[in-house]
Amino acid sequence: MSITSKRVVLGGLAVASAVALLAGCASAPKSGTTTAKSSYLPCVIGDTGGFTDHSFNQLALDGVVKAANKIGSSYKKLQAKSANDYASGITSLIGEKCNIIAAPGFNFIASVKAAATANPKTNFAMIDDNSINLPNVKDIVFETDEAAFLGGYAAASYSKSGVVATWGGAEYPSVTIYMDGIADGIKYYNQQKGKNVKLLGWDVATQKGTFIGNFTDQNQAKTVTQNFLDQKADVVIPVAGSLYQGAAAAITGSNSSAVLEGVDADLYNTDPTYKSLFLLSILKKVDQASTDVVEAAASSKTFDNTTYVGTLKNGGVGISDFHDYASKVDPGLAGELATIKAGIIDGSIKVESPATFNK
Amino acid sequence: MTGSENTAPESRSARVLREIASGGVALTVLSVILAFVIGGILIAATDPTVQQTAGYFFARPTDMLSAVWQSVSGAYASLFRGGVYDFTAPDFQGGIVSLLSSLNYATPLIAAGLGIAIGFRTGVFNIGGQGQMLIGATAAGWVGFALPLPAGIHLIVAIIAGLLGGMVWAGIVGLLKARTGAHEVIVTIMMNYIALYLLQFLLHTPVLRAPGSQNPQTPAEKPTALLFSVFGPNYDLSFGFVLVVAATIGCWWLLSRSSLGFKLRAVGENPRAARVAGINVNRTIVYAMALSGLLVGLAGVYQVLGQNTTGFGSDIDAGIGFNAITVTLLGRSRPWGVFAAGIVFGILQAGSNTMQVAQGVDIDIVTVIQSIIVLFIAAPPLVRAIFRLPAPGSRPRAARSKKVAEAK
Repeated sequence: MSITSKRVVLGGLAVASAVALLAGCASAPKSGTTTAKSSYLPCVIGDTGGFTDHSFNQLALDGVVKAANKIGSSYKKLQAKSANDYASGITSLIGEKCNIIAAPGFNFIASVKAAATANPKTNFAMIDDNSINLPNVKDIVFETDEAAFLGGYAAASYSKSGVVATWGGAEYPSVTIYMDGIADGIKYYNQQKGKNVKLLGWDVATQKGTFIGNFTDQNQAKTVTQNFLDQKADVVIPVAGSLYQGAAAAITGSNSSAVLEGVDADLYNTDPTYKSLFLLSILKKVDQASTDVVEAAASSKTFDNTTYVGTLKNGGVGISDFHDYASKVDPGLAGELATIKAGIIDGSIKVESPATFNK
Repeated sequence: MTGSENTAPESRSARVLREIASGGVALTVLSVILAFVIGGILIAATDPTVQQTAGYFFARPTDMLSAVWQSVSGAYASLFRGGVYDFTAPDFQGGIVSLLSSLNYATPLIAAGLGIAIGFRTGVFNIGGQGQMLIGATAAGWVGFALPLPAGIHLIVAIIAGLLGGMVWAGIVGLLKARTGAHEVIVTIMMNYIALYLLQFLLHTPVLRAPGSQNPQTPAEKPTALLFSVFGPNYDLSFGFVLVVAATIGCWWLLSRSSLGFKLRAVGENPRAARVAGINVNRTIVYAMALSGLLVGLAGVYQVLGQNTTGFGSDIDAGIGFNAITVTLLGRSRPWGVFAAGIVFGILQAGSNTMQVAQGVDIDIVTVIQSIIVLFIAAPPLVRAIFRLPAPGSRPRAARSKKVAEAK
């Protein structure tokens, strides 16, 4: 017994060292290390969704990394494992002498407020909230409904069955603001074209709709999407971080011709696995905003705490290209979207959501 | 066999639990050490510098070896710095913050672990820690932010509400098991979902949602209901920790000195023998579940009145309901074992933040270490084989120490 197990172990070691032998044959690079040019230290904390969520955690990290590269500094990141890490995670980052800490999502509001009050020398970028009013906290919010309006209009235009569906991860304001914009965009399309495209999964008047209850249950996402496909929806807009993967699985699994719209990031680029399914993505440029804020904070002596509001006007929100669908959408659609965008910017088209941050 | 509805699975699960609990302290310590060794290998393997230098290992092996040393020693040093004592801090007050933070992390783990342990010792698997914590936290949290009560009384009422919440939630499961024979594993898991979605629903109604906010979070707790810091603001150790020390002593007394504890253990060892001896097995199971839920409820109380006092959402259980099972296994279902295991896990959790920030170690590595500990504890023969330890009770040699066995 022990002899055989020894043989197995020796055999395993032999294989492993053979692999190491083959893998380790490259020549050594020239020594010499690259040192950071700037001592400014930007940091980012992520919530339990994780930095690979293809959504705002990932975008916040991307933004901070980009800013760190631009100013030639290193950066630190920390992902919270549970609700208990929100406050202590920020404390850990402060302990690492971070100059600015980017915190995405309402989960961090209370912790950022407490930490910012206790550490006036550390700056914070609070993403998706503008309730904190402190000299060392810069609030970053987005008029996501403006961009979602365009996404809703495009979905209504593309839909052949006249049914568009949306659903959310959880009933957060940052989610329902998308759904309000989508609903308004479809309504506007119906008014303009005299059509009757229906939206499933969200009712603006009652503020009720379909939610998974979390941002992790891909199976539930698949089931919900399948239900909407069965109701003839041919454009599905999941507002739920990485749960679009479950929606994509439902579409590919049922050989449906339905398409998806992504949210937050341009999912055509960030997740090429499903790129053939994305009509477009509704963009909330958390990355761009956090890059700008970190860069500005690193280069100026005084911290500018005025709230950053991402709008269609300043490019903080928007919609992506149609990518593979450019030839499949109505030829006039791009022009119509440009007109609507101009209308929203000059105020002639009103987009409203009860979920918007307090102005 | 006749008349007893689920004797066979019960006795089997009880045997597994007993086997897990019968291992010695040495085995536990060795499991932890092994887990750290494997964790170290993973830390080195996932380190980008190690991966890069491994590519030219034979051209300049020192590069990779030093990279391995730096990643592993750096990671464990930062774990120590964040979890035990920050040796880079200028003074004692700054250094000891790490240990205090670990103890605060450990507090709910110990409380819930004690609850799970009482279940295990009675032969019932309480997998419903999440639900019991959520209900306990909701009850205590609601009392904490909604009721205007004078200082002192407020805290006591909030704690009692939380304990009752957890107790009722688990007690329902105990009743269902005793009356209908419904298996507690299935029922507690289902009760988790009921508690979670109930809380999510309430967070969208004015009952729990903070006024003027759209976010599914409650208002902050009133200061009169908070678990205060025992040693003042500079040394932040929550009164909750004192409560779990008391709870540990209480559990020790209950299990090893009281007649109820004797009944609990008797049912856990062999329900049929207990029944023959005149113990009301069904009633004992209800008591066990209720006590279990009460202690898990204490963890929920700590979460809202000690850890996250600025308002809570539906993730307030922080996975402790499940981590507590691990803590209980590591503590071998003994009150002081659970206490020690809870502190080990508290150190791992507090230290992993620093490890992640300072060394860029992936957050999942710590979870892997925790899981490997459990794996080894659940598989004592594996650890015995690795360290050539004799099986307990097999031969007289079993009494001999590990040194003798290794010296051979």
